[in-house]
Amino acid sequence: MAPTGSRRSGYSRRAQYNLFTGYVIAGVGALIGATLLVLSFFQPHLFGGLRGAAQDGVSPATETAATVRTGSKGFWDTVSGYYRAGSKNAELKREMEIARIRLAEAEAVKQENARLKGLLDLQDDERKPVVVARLVGSSASSSRRFAYLGAGLNDGVSVGMPVRSPRGVVGRILEAGGDSSRVLLLTDSESVLPVRRAKDEVVAFAEGRGDGLLRIRLINLGINPLEPGDVFVTSGAGGYYPPGIAVAILTETTDDGGLARIVSDPAATDFVSVEPIFEPEAALGATTPVERELSE
Amino acid sequence: MERNDPRSRSDAYGSRINRSHSPIIANAVPWISIVIGSILPIFAIAAALPMVPPLGLLMLLAWRLVRPGLLPVWAGMPLGLVDDLYSGQPFGFAIFTWSLIMIAIELIESRLPWRAFWQDWFSAGILILSYLLAGWLLSGGQPNVHSLVALVPQLVFTILLFPIAARIVAMLDRFRLHRWKAV
Repeated sequence: MAPTGSRRSGYSRRAQYNLFTGYVIAGVGALIGATLLVLSFFQPHLFGGLRGAAQDGVSPATETAATVRTGSKGFWDTVSGYYRAGSKNAELKREMEIARIRLAEAEAVKQENARLKGLLDLQDDERKPVVVARLVGSSASSSRRFAYLGAGLNDGVSVGMPVRSPRGVVGRILEAGGDSSRVLLLTDSESVLPVRRAKDEVVAFAEGRGDGLLRIRLINLGINPLEPGDVFVTSGAGGYYPPGIAVAILTETTDDGGLARIVSDPAATDFVSVEPIFEPEAALGATTPVERELSE
Repeated sequence: MERNDPRSRSDAYGSRINRSHSPIIANAVPWISIVIGSILPIFAIAAALPMVPPLGLLMLLAWRLVRPGLLPVWAGMPLGLVDDLYSGQPFGFAIFTWSLIMIAIELIESRLPWRAFWQDWFSAGILILSYLLAGWLLSGGQPNVHSLVALVPQLVFTILLFPIAARIVAMLDRFRLHRWKAV
């Protein structure tokens, strides 16, 4: 492309001043940007209101897009369901029979649980979700992993509440706007979640790596007892998440734990529920480094 | 004369008689297209990796390199402000980097006034690479090797998308300069 003449001001004072002012404004803009960047490193929530308002502004469009996306996904699922329907049907019938047996066993365990809990005089009340909403968008071009939720302060959502899908934990609310809020996903590099192995009491931290995997870091070091295929659930420590929600499945063991895949992929979830903070007093009082990391 | 050639009194931007450009469209299209580029990535599904190219930055680079002299040097600040509201990076990141990018292109242009498209693509590639690396370093999270590796597909996509963005800008430029107004 040929150079434009606009940069050569010649003898015109006005053109010279205009050009000079342009450069000065650009430099000042870069300085302002650097200042805001430093500010938002130390006060991450300073601009949350601004971002929330901007997010609310586009939420009609993002809601519609999310609805269409889920609808089209359902359509493709229906089409692909017809493919090899016969063999799938037979397989499902076999699985169904086994599941019925397991269900009966689970029923027995449930009864026994209720009896034992009755003996111990434990309270076990039903937890109702604050709101059920769609994940309407995500920070798809940034190296941070955030999702946007189609519900905000007006629906009773507040910062810190856990977000879960029917499959497992998705993340927690980081910023809440009027009608939308920002969710810190489990895979974000700032997300740390206390977990335990589902079959026993091996406790660990599940940290996001920023590339879609979780790093499971055991708290008690020693011989690594983990095996690929182990399922991790929330331990309830920290007070944010209720215990016993599925988090991740181990795929690979390392020296101090392993690598795990999340159970509830946010890309595959349709509706998610926002739940109240499990133990607000514990969450407030917890001042461990883990919680400090979580609060960003 | 029209009977022989109906387009004899018009050019690529429409009829030259009785028509004029719309100043609003001519001035607003670059800015609006960049803002739309900033907003578009949030519509993508919440994938595990940063896969969607920073479309706002891509449009800014394309407008600046394909149509030099149209965006002022300071355009990085207001456009970066909008991008910061939607990108998920810490607030101020795009204001800072986009301003620097605009100044950098200004410097490149004063060094190499006559450039071919592949030179523009090269400088856009270098700028995209440094932008994404800066985004990885200044994301507000702990930068680690894994998230750096996760950046590679996005980087490749973004650099490969630049010629398409340049084509889109050329198309929008024709739209921008079409003679809409009847005088």
